Amino acid sequence: MTLRLSAATYRYAGARRNALDGVDLELSAGTVLGVVGPNEAGKSTLCLVASGLAPVVVAGRLSGSVTIDGRETTDMRPHELAQRCGILFQNPQAQLSGTAATVFEEIAFGPRNLGLSLSTVIQRIAACLEALGIAALADRDPARLSGGQAQLVALAAILALEPDFLILDEPTSQLDPQGTRLVGEALRRLVGERRTAILVVEHKTALLDRLADRVVVVDEGRIVREGPTADVLDDPMLPRHGVEPPPRVRVRSALTAAGMGTPAATDLLMAELAS
Amino acid sequence: MTAVDIRGVAYTYPGGVRALDGVNLAIGPGETLAIVGQNGSGKSTLVRHLNGLLRPDEGHVWLDGSAVGRRHVAELARLVGLAFQDPDRQIFAGSVRAEVAFGPRNLGLRGAELDGRVVEALEAVGLAGSADENPYDLGYSRRKLLSIASVLAMRTPIVVLDEPTTGQDLRGVARVRAIVAALAAEGRTVITISHDMRFVAETFRRVIVMRAGRIVLDGTPADVFAAASWDVLASTYLEPPLAARVGARLGVGSTPTEASLVEALAARA
Repeated sequence: MTLRLSAATYRYAGARRNALDGVDLELSAGTVLGVVGPNEAGKSTLCLVASGLAPVVVAGRLSGSVTIDGRETTDMRPHELAQRCGILFQNPQAQLSGTAATVFEEIAFGPRNLGLSLSTVIQRIAACLEALGIAALADRDPARLSGGQAQLVALAAILALEPDFLILDEPTSQLDPQGTRLVGEALRRLVGERRTAILVVEHKTALLDRLADRVVVVDEGRIVREGPTADVLDDPMLPRHGVEPPPRVRVRSALTAAGMGTPAATDLLMAELAS
Repeated sequence: MTAVDIRGVAYTYPGGVRALDGVNLAIGPGETLAIVGQNGSGKSTLVRHLNGLLRPDEGHVWLDGSAVGRRHVAELARLVGLAFQDPDRQIFAGSVRAEVAFGPRNLGLRGAELDGRVVEALEAVGLAGSADENPYDLGYSRRKLLSIASVLAMRTPIVVLDEPTTGQDLRGVARVRAIVAALAAEGRTVITISHDMRFVAETFRRVIVMRAGRIVLDGTPADVFAAASWDVLASTYLEPPLAARVGARLGVGSTPTEASLVEALAARA
């Protein structure tokens, strides 16, 4: 089960330059791929292209190919694609249907359209609400949620579809540290239990440090660095691409600058991180 | 004179959620203050009392020494500029320039004076080159900066930034830090709401921690992230920055930022 981009190049309708430029990328079952990069690097475009929304829904010109298990996403029917691949937009307000009276109904909207039995739908909703710590929001009006709450509800609505591939554009941007941790745990569980393949754009490198198997750095529409998470997040070139290194890397640099970059100091650091 | 004086403020939303439960807070002119706490702890509700979007059920709010009372939102907009968490709830104009000009135009500014305000605000957020673009052609991070520019153009003595670093890369965060510093240097009061503890510790001189509608910690970043505060922080599911935890373990006092950790270690050596 693989989603693959090959030499994917994308230009929005009316734009003067490519938003994505020759991107090769592979997303396999049971793995998490982190995507980092500066503002306007093409990360959100990558999400739209990988999920098949661009160019089908978002107008533009795609060259190269985007395939799921060898089939071009542009040849797939929208309902087929939607069942294989779920996308969470950067702004949760753009995601919520605006038609549901309660959070419960909002999350039910997708799975009900898959033709699932009512008991399965209810079971899935309960599981998603529980996993993201938002069971108390079930009866609330989706239009009257805080930014962080709306983001969790939008994520729950995607998770309830149980797609094979999940494309997440900054899923924790409006969450507090506890919410961020819960999302990280819920995603890790999905990967372990359902072998879901996840592509996640994140500025919070501390989250990717725990969550991602591999990380790619995108800048000016291209992948400029790719590798196992620890290697990429330790790379001193990250700040040059507008990416903040995770705390363990920054504090290690601070200790080194203070003349304390010894193995003992690093051990202490790791002990702190584990506590 | 205080810039903001909040006394005994309580607020319950229609539907019964008690979002503020007796808040007392005095903020001086030129002070930089960060409000941290869990989603739902009352942070956004509190700042909405500063510009009249919400009125307290109990208690009072004074701005620049005079009571907010029932003063009109338009009048309060001259005193307090609030950049929303979600820029799309704020943006409505057809061009970046028109978006930023809307506020000062309503203050009666015209011509060169208005243009000057707009250019200055756009330069501060790095969008001067995008003045003629449609705001919705900008990516999320730049729409966020645009919403901040619109507030800067009002030149209010009090500026409130709700989650200004959301979606920003390193350069974007550095830009927001520079804006906060510049405002404070002009003697304007800057209040932010943030979940980004690094940004908070490195940028603001004062931090308050909210839990269930009350202020539970109030002090400098070194106070609030000191080991003595960790139990209270944990009760709000907040973690001190890693630099603070490492500093405490190494016995060099409270070091909420990496720079302060290096400094403390150098001083000990």
